[in-house]
Amino acid sequence: MRAGTRLGFVLLIAPLLLWLVLLIVIPHVDLALLSLRERVGVGEYAVSMANYRTFLDEPLYLWTFLRTAVMAVLATAITLVIGFPVSFYIAKIARGRVQSALFLLCLVPFWVSELVRTFGWMILLRETGLISGLLQWLGLTDGPVEMLYNDAAMMVGLVYTSMLFMVVPLVTTLESLDDGIIEAGYDLGGSGPSVLREIIIPHAVPGIVAGSIVVFMLSLGNYLTPTMLGGKDSLWFTELIYSQFIVRFNWELGAAFGFLLLVLSSVIVWAMLRLTGQTLEKTMGSA
Amino acid sequence: MKHSTYLTCAAVLTGSLVLVQPAAAETLRLLTWGNYAPETVIAKFEEETGHTVEVTLSNNEEMIAKLRATGGGGFDLAQPSQDRITGPQMEFGIYKPIDLSQIDESQFIPSMLAATKGNTTVDGEVYGVPHVWGTSGLVVNTAEAPDVTDYTDLCDDAVAGKVSYRLKRPTLIGFAFAMGMDPFAAYDDADAYTEIMEKVGEKLIDCKPNVKAYWGGGDELMNLVRSGEVVASMAWDTGGWKLNADNPDITFVAPEAGALGWIDTFVLPAKGRADAAAYDWINFVMQPEIAAMITDTAGNFTASKGADEYVSAELKARYQASFPPEAVDNIKWYPPVPAGLEAIEGGILDRVKAAQ
Amino acid sequence: MSAPDLECSALMKQFDGVTAVDDVSFTVPRGSFFSILGPSGCGKTTIMRMIAGFLEPTSGDIRIRGGSVIDVPPNKRNVNMVFQHLALFPMMNVADNIGYGLRRKRLPRAEIAHRVDAVLERIGLPGIGPRQVAELSGGQKQRVAIARCMVLEPDVLLLDEPLGALDLKLRERMKIELKALQADFGTTFVYITHDQSEALVMSDRIAVMNAGRFEQLGNARDLYYRPETAFVAGFVGDSNRWRGRVARVSGGIAEMQADDGLTLRAALRGVSAAGDRAEIFVRPELVLPGHDPADLAGCDNRLSGEVTDILFNGAASRALLRCVETGTVLEMALPQSGRFAGLGRGDRVQVGWAADQAACFPERGTDAGLAGAG
Repeated sequence: MRAGTRLGFVLLIAPLLLWLVLLIVIPHVDLALLSLRERVGVGEYAVSMANYRTFLDEPLYLWTFLRTAVMAVLATAITLVIGFPVSFYIAKIARGRVQSALFLLCLVPFWVSELVRTFGWMILLRETGLISGLLQWLGLTDGPVEMLYNDAAMMVGLVYTSMLFMVVPLVTTLESLDDGIIEAGYDLGGSGPSVLREIIIPHAVPGIVAGSIVVFMLSLGNYLTPTMLGGKDSLWFTELIYSQFIVRFNWELGAAFGFLLLVLSSVIVWAMLRLTGQTLEKTMGSA
Repeated sequence: MKHSTYLTCAAVLTGSLVLVQPAAAETLRLLTWGNYAPETVIAKFEEETGHTVEVTLSNNEEMIAKLRATGGGGFDLAQPSQDRITGPQMEFGIYKPIDLSQIDESQFIPSMLAATKGNTTVDGEVYGVPHVWGTSGLVVNTAEAPDVTDYTDLCDDAVAGKVSYRLKRPTLIGFAFAMGMDPFAAYDDADAYTEIMEKVGEKLIDCKPNVKAYWGGGDELMNLVRSGEVVASMAWDTGGWKLNADNPDITFVAPEAGALGWIDTFVLPAKGRADAAAYDWINFVMQPEIAAMITDTAGNFTASKGADEYVSAELKARYQASFPPEAVDNIKWYPPVPAGLEAIEGGILDRVKAAQ
Repeated sequence: MSAPDLECSALMKQFDGVTAVDDVSFTVPRGSFFSILGPSGCGKTTIMRMIAGFLEPTSGDIRIRGGSVIDVPPNKRNVNMVFQHLALFPMMNVADNIGYGLRRKRLPRAEIAHRVDAVLERIGLPGIGPRQVAELSGGQKQRVAIARCMVLEPDVLLLDEPLGALDLKLRERMKIELKALQADFGTTFVYITHDQSEALVMSDRIAVMNAGRFEQLGNARDLYYRPETAFVAGFVGDSNRWRGRVARVSGGIAEMQADDGLTLRAALRGVSAAGDRAEIFVRPELVLPGHDPADLAGCDNRLSGEVTDILFNGAASRALLRCVETGTVLEMALPQSGRFAGLGRGDRVQVGWAADQAACFPERGTDAGLAGAG
């Protein structure tokens, strides 16, 4: 009987363990080892911290790293600010078919690949694109307007790509908030802002944190959007990793970059959890 | 060196799962450029030999990265450029020598075959034979930017905000030639090469405000030029000829400093399992009629002897317009890239990218 | 005399053309416990939400202490509400929950702490301020929810079926506690419920509501003993009910030929003439048993029945009888004297009741919401 339960447990846990070990632990150990290697000659390698030193010595790498982190945080914040009212509307105000239709609208962009989505934005924003054409047609500008290849375009793309991942956990947590509690807030003398501040936001914190973590990680790890919409000044850290691995054949430095990105996202997520007094278990449970 | 570069991971996966076929009919897993293996050619090949062909499209860097990741496995035949064979082979050992007795050398243009053999020899073994060749230079809208005749003309005020190029090594090399230096001569001298590259880097940083966007894929460039957002760009000859078909003002211009010539080759990955099929494919596509079919889809000429006769007159006309005899003589052929050169170029490109 | 705490006049609310509340008027004097009793969907919640300010009446007026509050938003009305599921703020502890309204009034921190302590003392839960809401028992939550409102000293406290979620035993206790709290605070309570025993036990006055209208407004005794409509007779307390056609009317007594064949007499309520459809209601405790017809000499209505079941429930024990002549089932309270304690299934028994202890109303058609006989 006991042996039977144990066997059952092992069988149940085996796929998860296999997945963790094969796809997460082993590649990361490999990455860590790779990042500690230095090429000393043709086909010759030695253990050293040279790759990490290169990262610290080259202002471009450090600057790109920080810029990526700041932009990803900013994209997360913007997504939250836009996503919160949208989620509130879907969870609490819209009813029945309107509710499902709105939810579906958030989902629609994900029916096409990220590449197509990004191309869509390029068609809209480029100099010969729709928006530029519309502005000229309306007589608001004299010549074509280039809206592509800058940080704002990149931010638009990142926020658009991430919106669903913010809205889903937010809608879930907001739906779990009893309407009576919001009404009680008003009934006891609360105004809109104070109900939002004291009741709705504290209740939604697990959803906010869960959504923010996902959006932050997605933005930080995004490659296509910054490259295609950001243009010549995009400077995104994943681009550096890609070029080290693929273009420069410098896997060692690429691995070091990959590891630094992992550390960065872990630190920021940890800080976010600490700041909001949440735990990972609680947050992921709510999402 | 060709265009679209989207990874076909699925193809890699399925490729590695296919079981070993009997020697007579093998599955050839071909890692190549877009348009180098047209459907019609594959169908003909499969019909004649009984082999099946699975194509994965890629570019130089990704081909090497993929083969490096598997130690030279997952594919039976690959087509990197001839200058990118000896370096990665010495460094990573991802290819195996070609058994020249299996290849019908009479089908090749002798000078091109000899040059490629020489450039791909490591420790006395030949690793590559030539397939498709072409050049990169400038694509110019001659109506809007008639004065662009060399790489450095892209930095003129007259075309400010309307030019494009890639942030990759051909740009560095092209600019170096246009600035009166010879980077190929400095290939084996890291210090001299670094010095040249630093000068080119400064030029590119100064030139940055002129650039609309650094293009990444061929389709992206075609869009930029076709829409008129870009009037001059560094590009491959075939891209210019394709645009010329739509708009006669746009064409490929061989720069004064010389177009950069490349040859894409056939190489055998170290862990390839279908060598017989690979040799069959090489011998098959080098037949003049087949080579001409590839030229018609890819736009580039091949190292197949006598294939020119079968190529469409239109394509020949465009080629002759872009390449008067003196321009052909001026083509700068890429010598083999020594290992480690990419690191020097990478640092420069990073700096250009970061400059504000 | 000052204005009543709450006064609703000709209150009307329509949703998309459906009338939820239809011309309702009532006043609630200061310090009283007023209940609105009705089946679910009768419109009582709509009235409450209009008083609280979450809904705007289609027409009519609501006055609190004499002043109309029609254009006053909920957070500015001196009316507070205890929600059905209490709606305590789970993200705050007990003291913060109770202090929430005071913070909105921007009272000094010390003053808030003092008032919170005082009200906790008053509800008999001193010192639980730092506890989390989730740690409280059902009864404690109930009292905290009331304290959270009472600390604001509202003119009127609205309670929306607050006992619904409690188990039976606790509910019985909370009824008494709630009544005591109301008496202690002296605040006007408006209580809505579908549970008649809650309304009957606690209220000074009760409005019975059905289909958007008040059927009857009075104290518990009025509703129980002098129902004015068939709905009230059926909804408040248990009743045996017969439907039939009025045969004769004389001296305030109607004689009705019931559909099951019995001829029954009952005090006439409402207008009924011979030939009209009517309903007769008899409370189980007014049905008297007798061993022989002589015991039932004073009864205008008599029938003999066979006991089909005994529902023992202490002082509230009942017997179910099947009428021998017609097969109709009726319910009878067992006398507390214990005289019929030996009654068992299958026994024959004579029963009867006086005509003036039964009530005859004009039939209102079939109503699913009716807690009918048996």
